Amino acid sequence: MKLPSRILSLSLVLLLPAARINAHGFLEHSDPSVGSKVHSAPAAVRIWFTEAIEPRFSSIQVFDATGKQVDKKDTRSDPSNRSQLQVSLPRLGPGSYKVIWRIVSVDTHRTNGDFRFQILP
Amino acid sequence: MRRLHLVFWFVCAICATNRVYGHGFAGARFFPATLSTDDPFVADELSLPTVSTIRTPDDGGTRETDISVEIAKRITPQFGIAIGETLTVLNPHEEHSANGFGNLELAGKYQLVKNAEHETIVSVGIGVEIGGTGSQSIGADSFTTWEPAIFFGKGFGDLPEPLRFLKPLALTGVAGIAIPSSASTRTITVNEQTAERDVDIERHPDVLEWGFALEYSVIYLQSQVQDMHLPTPIDRLIPLVEFAMETPLNRGPTGPTTGTINPGVIWAGKYFQVGVEAIIPINEHTGNNVGMIAQLHFFLDDLFPHTIGRPLFGENK
Repeated sequence: MKLPSRILSLSLVLLLPAARINAHGFLEHSDPSVGSKVHSAPAAVRIWFTEAIEPRFSSIQVFDATGKQVDKKDTRSDPSNRSQLQVSLPRLGPGSYKVIWRIVSVDTHRTNGDFRFQILP
Repeated sequence: MRRLHLVFWFVCAICATNRVYGHGFAGARFFPATLSTDDPFVADELSLPTVSTIRTPDDGGTRETDISVEIAKRITPQFGIAIGETLTVLNPHEEHSANGFGNLELAGKYQLVKNAEHETIVSVGIGVEIGGTGSQSIGADSFTTWEPAIFFGKGFGDLPEPLRFLKPLALTGVAGIAIPSSASTRTITVNEQTAERDVDIERHPDVLEWGFALEYSVIYLQSQVQDMHLPTPIDRLIPLVEFAMETPLNRGPTGPTTGTINPGVIWAGKYFQVGVEAIIPINEHTGNNVGMIAQLHFFLDDLFPHTIGRPLFGENK
């Protein structure tokens, strides 16, 4: 085995066992999905992250095209799935909406992001 | 006393943050560690190994293979240090090969600006290659070289919505001046038969080292712009092209800019990233052959978030 292969193998052996822990949380997928156009107004925005999150320190906010917050401010996680976060919505009309999320993963890493979705008439 | 106060408030300012972003984040933007140019952020990370190989443009061509390791550690959330070492293997055309370690490299970097809304990072740093610590058999310098530098990173997530498919673009870059502690090296050789002395003087110019990386993050596209339902592993790719340049500034006739253009791709996972790039010389002074660089890079802040992956000072638990 040549030297680069040995170094590569050694580094994997040393570091990959530690990979059972958590990392920075990224958005994995969402409902409505990122950038989507939907025909019926969703009752909630649900986001699945790549890591388990701390719901007390995490939030989802939804804003309409004028910048007014329209969600019900009841961000909560799914007890059966600690990597999911959701917020309820009132009955929304057609238009463009911006979702802003901020999370703290269980290992205290903070990440945030935003995306839009559109409700068609 | 006034100076003492300034130092006190400076230290307080460094330590007062409670934001725990770790490697390469500015707002929603994740900047990967680039392979050929230094990245702008301060992080706990380990590159093990970075392997590059290219044929140099000397007589007959020498195949140079570098295997390097670098570890970076945050002292505070904004200030970090790094140490690196490289094993070089030289295979000259029709001659015996040589190998040995290069000079030890140390660096410090301070993150001046981090703007989440505009996905911007600006840092300053200084690197030092400690002369005489490497092997002369592979031509390690006997003198020390200092390099103050400025680094930047800018994500384009703040572009207007009509340009949303350009939002995954990001640009990072570095500009520094490598300043050797010795202006020249004098080598004296004596002809054993004629006893004549031959003096060879090699000048060491200050060198402007500059480069940048243009990258398109599929991760950003999927999570911020448009979920394209791309399959694994494509959904975590970051295609990029790096430009790594050197321009001599003084001491004798200033030579042409040399450098390489390195197109490639990075795959970034939870705990590590893997990158590979081609190394394409920009002119014949740099070389005539295409090389390759590959890197395995670990995010220590994700692997060990409660121990070595966090700053030593200034981070709330």
